[in-house]
Amino acid sequence: MARVFRSPVGMGAAALLSIVLLLAIFAPLLWGERADAIDTEQILRGVSAQHWAGTDSLGRDIFFRVLVAGRLSVLLALTATAVGVLIGLILGAAPLLIGTRAGRVVTAGVNVAVAFPGLLLALFFAVVFGVGARGAVLAIGLAVAPGFARLVHTLTSTVAERDYVHAARIAGVGRVRVLLRHVLPNVGEPLVVNATVVAGGALLAFAGLSFLGLGVQAPQYDWGRLLGDGLNRIYLHPMAALAPAIAVVIAGLAFSLFGEAAARAIGIRTPHVAHLAPEEVEPVGPGGDAVLAVERLRVSFGEVSPVRDVSLTIRRGEAVGIVGESGSGKSLTALAIACLIEEPGRVGAARLEFLGHDLRASDCRPPVPPKIQQFARQSTCRGGSEAAFAGQIAGSWDGAGSWDRGHRRLLGLGMAMVFQDPMTSLNPVLRIGRQLAEVAEVHQRLRRVDAAELAVQRLDAVHIPEPRRRARQYPHEFSGGMRQRAMIGMGLMGSPALLIADEPTTALDVTVQAQVLRLLEEVRQASGAALLLISHDITVVRQVCDRVLVMYAGRVVEELPVTALDNARHPYTRALLAAVPDLDTDRGQPLAVIPGRPADPAHLPIGCAFAPRCPLADETCATNDPPLMAGVACWHPKGGGGGE
Amino acid sequence: MTVMTRFAIRRGLRLLLSLWVVVTAAFGMIHLIPGDPVRAALGPTAPAQLVEARREALGLNDPLWQQYWHYMENLFKGEFGTSTLSGLPVAQVIGDRLPATGELAVAAFTVAILVSVPLGLSMAVLTRGGRRRPAELAFTSSTALLAALPEFLVAVGLVYLFAVTLGWAPVAGRTDAGSYVLPVLALALGPAAVLARIVRVETLAVLQADYIRTARAKRLPHRLIYLRHALPNALTATITLGGLLLGGLVAGTVLVENVFAWPGLGSTIVSSILAKDYPVVQGIVLVYGVGVLLVNLVVDTALAVLDPRSTIRES
Repeated sequence: MARVFRSPVGMGAAALLSIVLLLAIFAPLLWGERADAIDTEQILRGVSAQHWAGTDSLGRDIFFRVLVAGRLSVLLALTATAVGVLIGLILGAAPLLIGTRAGRVVTAGVNVAVAFPGLLLALFFAVVFGVGARGAVLAIGLAVAPGFARLVHTLTSTVAERDYVHAARIAGVGRVRVLLRHVLPNVGEPLVVNATVVAGGALLAFAGLSFLGLGVQAPQYDWGRLLGDGLNRIYLHPMAALAPAIAVVIAGLAFSLFGEAAARAIGIRTPHVAHLAPEEVEPVGPGGDAVLAVERLRVSFGEVSPVRDVSLTIRRGEAVGIVGESGSGKSLTALAIACLIEEPGRVGAARLEFLGHDLRASDCRPPVPPKIQQFARQSTCRGGSEAAFAGQIAGSWDGAGSWDRGHRRLLGLGMAMVFQDPMTSLNPVLRIGRQLAEVAEVHQRLRRVDAAELAVQRLDAVHIPEPRRRARQYPHEFSGGMRQRAMIGMGLMGSPALLIADEPTTALDVTVQAQVLRLLEEVRQASGAALLLISHDITVVRQVCDRVLVMYAGRVVEELPVTALDNARHPYTRALLAAVPDLDTDRGQPLAVIPGRPADPAHLPIGCAFAPRCPLADETCATNDPPLMAGVACWHPKGGGGGE
Repeated sequence: MTVMTRFAIRRGLRLLLSLWVVVTAAFGMIHLIPGDPVRAALGPTAPAQLVEARREALGLNDPLWQQYWHYMENLFKGEFGTSTLSGLPVAQVIGDRLPATGELAVAAFTVAILVSVPLGLSMAVLTRGGRRRPAELAFTSSTALLAALPEFLVAVGLVYLFAVTLGWAPVAGRTDAGSYVLPVLALALGPAAVLARIVRVETLAVLQADYIRTARAKRLPHRLIYLRHALPNALTATITLGGLLLGGLVAGTVLVENVFAWPGLGSTIVSSILAKDYPVVQGIVLVYGVGVLLVNLVVDTALAVLDPRSTIRES
């Protein structure tokens, strides 16, 4: 609970709560007489220097009455909370106390009661228990009980399944004792926190009942009673109604805010999102004939750059693979090429061209309002010099960008994406056919019926049986392999020149994997599209691709045709290949693995990132990062050459 | 039999069961009152014969099961008993007062939805990924304050501000269209604030989802990404959580009606409780209970229609 006081809200709420409680204790002692002093000369007066909130029908000072009323208001609210918490505990723990079967009946009853708003329950019980403070306490207590009971039930039922509770039961510990000694202490903290929030609610509810005339009766008075009396005169003397209303708000907020601050302190903390630190790059060279041309691509999140200086070119109809362990930056590379990196991510590149169109063109960059630019500048300048930063902002952009129609159309029809997890990559609330058809509706301006027909054709093209019926189904009615086919079919709605498949088979069964890979190959042959295949599985890449880029710690460490894989020069590529078992692998030996862990992009070594795991590493490797030369970035490549 | 028919049947059965619980509670209410409700209503000075005659007339001397049976039977005939105060049939009292309360609740419900969904969605889009921190702070703190205030205090504040100080709207009563503004606002502001927060948080979570990346990869215009792909997914969770809130709105009318002297069920039930006019109280409690059940039904149906995976269709 001490953690509550560390947050400003928690501290403020705690201070407010202490003031409310101190007032409740001392106000009647200090000002009780003044609050009850009848002054027939001063009946129903407005705000004056003597009477800060005016006087009531007996000439009593409303300001002091509000202060003094605090005790009864808080006391009644706390009593009602105690009643509610006690009943809630008994009802919520019923399955533990009276056995599962009888407990289920109680739980069902609680669930019915929870569906009704607390105020309605309070009114119901107020009728049963009669008008007055005692009736209102019981009514509010019973009204908050079901909600609290449900919380108790949820919390205790998880704890009750734990081993030590079972052990205590087997040891013959009684049910009440199990509850008090073993279960409740483990759920105490959230229950206390929730009870505080409940107390705030009870305070407000009590004010409501008293305001209606169902709670505290004259000559006693609480805030709700004062508010009800004051409201009749709100035209003439608004302060008579506002003063008790403000008191109720402050006290109610004090309880609720303190409870919520406490809940936050024992709950989850929100992670701090790092700010942007973009990189400087200069555009160089004219566009070529390639489908995709990328030079010195860089993706940054704050100070960390998980993708650094990646260059690649894909020609028409070519299949290029990117392999690497998880965290090597291969998926981010694919997303950056597709302009799908979202803030706070930043993309920079010397060149990023798709079908000859510069994807970094000015309309790819979102217009940055000056205020935000300034905000971003302030927050990032801690890391570097002002001048360096001013240069950086010109060469980089928010990769998600806002797009004009032309660019959207170019990418929407010309570039198709297939993502790793077909379970989550399709929208669960839209029919499959609809999700395919909208591509054609938006980019080709097809009519709805025509687009739907095209979608059925494309589903047929990716071998989905009964495509017309299937188009009307939702993603959850499709199997994993079928969903991935539908994703590929979605890419075929346009006329793709490039198909980017990011781990398209990783989430699938082995037999389905082969089918999907065959389909990709078939689609590529039929449409003439180029393929960029991202995979951690070098055998998959070898099967499908013409050329392969091996990535490690955000950089390309080797680039070679798949036919040359057996003569790979970089030690990392060779290690990846060695880790794949084949028919000749000696099954008596343990499987080969790459020792150590993949490099953490936030803590890269000064030299070669692979050096800590490399059997060939020496001093040069530890101090100098090898450049990518002649297709390999290594100081000691197999077959010599590479660096100097 | 389709999934939806099975859902309709199951949900219908549950509604009947809940209706039975509500009816039984309304019946039991009078019998739970300690002492003699007739004596309590007539006062300690009433002659014993009058009390006995009234008990006989209300059927309170019959065995309990027989009273219960009569009560159910009368409900089916649309008879809710007679007000002990005015002698009018309770059904007539309810019929007179229900429209005023119904208008208030439906208008507030509509306003809350129309304000919260666009507000929450646009705040999510504007503040996603840590953008526009000051706007986010302003939104979260102002909605938190509104959400924490009970409707009758909001009502008092609104009356002070718009009726007393500015004179833009009448203080109380149900007269012209202008008299609806403050009561509807008082009822709608709190739920609208809570719902807008929920919509924002849910939308932020949905915007992280893979299928939104797919939608972006299709290069759909932002309008479609947010409205067609994000919003329905954000709404399923919103409706679940918001359902309870809207049930609370039905109960909130009781307090708001009393602030604005609104001639609805809420002011009637309070005056009837104070006058110990139990048949009227019983009838109105029944109406409120059924109102809440209907709101829950609407919410569950909306969920089942909106979310094809929803477990609500199955369980």
